[in-house]
Amino acid sequence: MFNFVKKKWLEKSAGSKKDPALADHGFLVFENTSEVIQAEKLLKLNGWDVRVMGPPPEIQTGCDLVIFFPLIEQLNIIRLLETTSNPPLQVVPVTDPLLTPVSLFQVKDFGDFLMVRAANMKITIEKKTRIIVNISGGGCPDVPYLANEMVGKTVSSAPDPLDIGHTLCGYALALAFTEVKNRCLP
Amino acid sequence: MLAIVGTVPDIEFDLSVGLVELVKDQLCLDGKTVSVNRGTPALLGAAIQTLAVFDKKEVTGFLAGDIGLGDGSRKMYEYLVNTASLSGIHTLVFHYLQPDADWQNKIMFTLQEMQDKPVLIADAGFMYAAKMSGAATGYDLFTPDAGELAFLADEHAPHPFYTRGFILHTDNSVADLVQRAYAHDNAARFLLVKGATDYIMNKDGELFRVDSPSQEVMEAIGGTGDTLTGIAAALISTGMDIPMAAVAAAKINRVAGQLADPTPATRISDIIDHIPTAVACVLKERT
Repeated sequence: MFNFVKKKWLEKSAGSKKDPALADHGFLVFENTSEVIQAEKLLKLNGWDVRVMGPPPEIQTGCDLVIFFPLIEQLNIIRLLETTSNPPLQVVPVTDPLLTPVSLFQVKDFGDFLMVRAANMKITIEKKTRIIVNISGGGCPDVPYLANEMVGKTVSSAPDPLDIGHTLCGYALALAFTEVKNRCLP
Repeated sequence: MLAIVGTVPDIEFDLSVGLVELVKDQLCLDGKTVSVNRGTPALLGAAIQTLAVFDKKEVTGFLAGDIGLGDGSRKMYEYLVNTASLSGIHTLVFHYLQPDADWQNKIMFTLQEMQDKPVLIADAGFMYAAKMSGAATGYDLFTPDAGELAFLADEHAPHPFYTRGFILHTDNSVADLVQRAYAHDNAARFLLVKGATDYIMNKDGELFRVDSPSQEVMEAIGGTGDTLTGIAAALISTGMDIPMAAVAAAKINRVAGQLADPTPATRISDIIDHIPTAVACVLKERT
């Protein structure tokens, strides 16, 4: 019975063109092969499950190798590569290499408070004091952690999710945080 | 029995499984405590408060510490697949976990093997994993907010961070996004879409909507979506059917919010305190 269910489900996955093993991964695109090799070595040394492969046809820039990595950890991985001055040229999802990060912000004015949403993340500040009063949305485990670290602090003194976040939800919060700063800091 | 799987933002919190108690604004599990301040602890707190009205106190927590590095989530996935006994669970909620399509698939295979499969609810990171891996239709209820609904509707997006702008745009109606999510098999059997108006939908469209009492500021308060999912899960675990439970939960969450007289700076624990009163009030109205 189990094998039947599993087989049917795998058939369905194949029919929908979703490979469950690939759907949550991305490609890191570099300038040349040497950079790919250095980055792969560094990431493996730091415990990430990455591998080198050929790029999909949609990727026009960079060399003929890319690094396949768990997309949810994009923020963490980029931060590590930047410490060695070897950031990738591009980071793209495997499901569709033409996708780009969200760039649309929704802003809601509650009078004394201002809320900015980027993708699934929302940050709210008190306008007068510029204190972050709430963070909501998101679904990755760094969201409650980031909220603990940021709520109650001013926009200028709070840590940036780009520095202490780990996941794509953290990345989305960083975009909302930057938008808040753009709107309320001189 | 209701069981809730998720993480807490404390790297010292080792994987723990057992009955969870709520003492003031702290959850207690296996000698450890954690604040109910948003995320899975807020969901658990809301579920416990809801079931207290029914004189039921048994909520099992499967919790691990994780601040986004994925270590606690992976321990939990491994435990669920290789060690845990899931028999006797009526309603099983998956919540704040590092999205991982491969582990989601292994868990789904484990669940498919069960004689009596629980009612399956997914929200937050695990809902993302369910959609990414093409397994959404195996679940009974998803509880997305507006940003997450757009992600479910975008058949290409591997995470809400990559949702395409034309889908994320606020001009799209909930009905259109839901239809698009179902068209690509990216939705559970039922959806409870959380927002200024809460919608209970399935593949045929809108079943119910709840828009009062209205407290616009609830959207800004971290954890209000978690409490809504927790209340719905608790009601479903009492045997209530899913759409009815979702309607009642939406109403209860709103009434609890109203009783807290919220501002955008309100803490979710202040709303959780009012859930028992709100449950009693809403269920009385329905009888």
